[in-house]
Amino acid sequence: MSILEVKGVNKRFGGLQALGDVNLSVAENTVHAIIGPNGAGKSTLLNCLVGKLIPDTGSVMFDGQSVLGRAPYEINQMGISRVFQTPEIFGDLTVMENMMIPCFAKRDGAFEMNALTSIRSQRDVLEQAEAMLADMNMIDKREMLAASLSRGDKRRLEIGMCLSQQPRLLLLDEPTAGMARADTNNTIDLLKQIKDERDITIAIIEHDMHVVFSLAERITVLAQGTPLVEDTPENIKGHPKVREAYLGESA
Amino acid sequence: MLGLTKRDTILLLVVAALTLFAPFILNPFPEGSAMAQFNAGYPDLMQRFVIFGIFAVGFNILFGLTGYLSFGHAAFLGVGSYSAVWMFKLLSMNVLPAIILAVIVSGLFAVIIGYVSLRRSGIYFSILTLAFAQMSFALAYSVLTPITNGETGLQVYTDDPQYLMGPDSPTVTNLFGLEMRATYTLDLGPWSFDFNAGYYMCALIMLIAVYLSIRIFRSPFGLMLKAVKSNQQRMNFTGLNTRPYTLAAFVISGMYAGLAGGLMASMDPLAGAERMQWTASGEVVLMTILGGAGTLIGPILGAGFIKYFENIFSKINDTVLHQWFAFMPDGLEDFMVFLVHPFIGKGWHLTLGILFMLVVIFLPGGLVEGGQRIAAWVRGRKSAKADTATSKTEPAE
Ligand SMILES: Nc1ncnc2c1ncn2[C@@H]1O[C@H](COP(=O)(O)OP(=O)(O)O)[C@@H](O)[C@H]1O
Ligand SMILES: [Mg+2]
Repeated sequence: MSILEVKGVNKRFGGLQALGDVNLSVAENTVHAIIGPNGAGKSTLLNCLVGKLIPDTGSVMFDGQSVLGRAPYEINQMGISRVFQTPEIFGDLTVMENMMIPCFAKRDGAFEMNALTSIRSQRDVLEQAEAMLADMNMIDKREMLAASLSRGDKRRLEIGMCLSQQPRLLLLDEPTAGMARADTNNTIDLLKQIKDERDITIAIIEHDMHVVFSLAERITVLAQGTPLVEDTPENIKGHPKVREAYLGESA
Repeated sequence: MLGLTKRDTILLLVVAALTLFAPFILNPFPEGSAMAQFNAGYPDLMQRFVIFGIFAVGFNILFGLTGYLSFGHAAFLGVGSYSAVWMFKLLSMNVLPAIILAVIVSGLFAVIIGYVSLRRSGIYFSILTLAFAQMSFALAYSVLTPITNGETGLQVYTDDPQYLMGPDSPTVTNLFGLEMRATYTLDLGPWSFDFNAGYYMCALIMLIAVYLSIRIFRSPFGLMLKAVKSNQQRMNFTGLNTRPYTLAAFVISGMYAGLAGGLMASMDPLAGAERMQWTASGEVVLMTILGGAGTLIGPILGAGFIKYFENIFSKINDTVLHQWFAFMPDGLEDFMVFLVHPFIGKGWHLTLGILFMLVVIFLPGGLVEGGQRIAAWVRGRKSAKADTATSKTEPAE
């Protein structure tokens, strides 16, 4: 069964057709990769899924419900969490505080006026946040300011924050971009572990073929805003059109 | 205690002790001595310290936590004052209904201004709040004269209805009979200390205001406000709606401002439009930044600092300067007076401006950061001493 259904999505920026008639279907509990050269429209597509952009035409259904016209926070509360191309975390707050915020959002919803209760008394949230920090191997960094973390740790933190919302669909936009090899491998291991241990669907945009082929079960190739092919990793590797449009370029 | 951590409790107790003993602390110099003009322990000024402290503490909940810089908070101060004076005119000179109405009306006002202004952020938000406040000022000054008494300002007249006034109710502001102007003066040798009822009422309310502010800072709600300042994008994509959070912070800080305005009118039952002017809005911004935005006691320090300057430095004139430098040869004396002259009297703004710039450039965390640096330095010296002490004993072992 597919959890995400994108049909006939178009998006123009002035004269530029960033997305042209995109159809995409992501099956539940799979890892689906979206690859394509720079400027192919991958980030634009993600933006249309999470409410950051509204497509000119087409429909986006998540779990049978349309996400179009909803605010980003509403779409997130439906069960879609997103990791950004450059980590979006709360830089001025500590790692622990960063992790508590999504736990509160999960428990209390989009807004809760609990202005006179002490954070220290919120045992359930503290425990959840701590458990997730332990999972992310960051418990020793809990009092550090998030802005002072290394790039790899920022990414881990952001992934952990998204996971602590227990989303049904996790969207990752080039999670290993700009990372050193060791950090990239750590991230691959982390994502593999997430995929094995949780009931979660992952849609990942990635430039690094090593990452894509170690994780993905399905791959969609996007070129100039239009899906070229969609297939299993084995078939994509040998596909002549893909080699020409994408792998050829990156080799 | 009271649901606070040990550190926060100590902080609150220190603030409580300082306000309780303020009549002593602010009057360290004997009456009639040359330094007596630096005494700030008279009722009027002490009341202003705590009232502006409340104003700044509330402003800090919005600006310090969410980072939204309002340039129109004086509007709430004015609305609070007008509401309070209306209560004196309609009911009696008891300050309690006046203060309650001031908080409620300014809160409602803040809902409207906040709802519109918070559709934008950054500089556009600041401009919108400024526009609203200037609009309120202009309205109070002219169109709304029936409510605000225009240029003259709103005050209590003998033919006002005052429905709750009994035949022997006090005709000055009071709290169930306790007159706000009641002052007990303690003379100790050459020293003189004033204990004023109005000051202590305001001080008590300020302590409650500070306590509530600490609770907000330490709550999940406070954490969300800090998150708004840090990264709104991440908040939105974490399923959190930033709008009601910022609006709630705006309304709370507007109510603090209204409370301050109500207290001002309770100390002196007058309300004028100038209380809403943009300079008054700017002043609370200066107080908060000078003391340390986003810190718990910074705004109070900033408020005290600025009010002290405004009232004490502005009173030093050339005659006083001549007295100070009298020990110098005549020419040099005149030269020193000439040098210092621009910074005192009417020139106190210049001194304050320079101080403000120095703080912003060298202590971005305000006076609180200054205090922390000094504390760290002292601790560093102590531990350095301890280090040398232990290294000295080592060879003996
Ligand atoms: N907000 C925007 N306004 C105008 N053009 C945009 C905007 N976002 C993306 N684009 C353009 O759309 C195209 C696709 O961009 P993007 O989705 O970021 O590509 P990718 O993530 O695949 O590298 C690019 O040509 C980019 O310049
Ligand atoms: Mg991109």
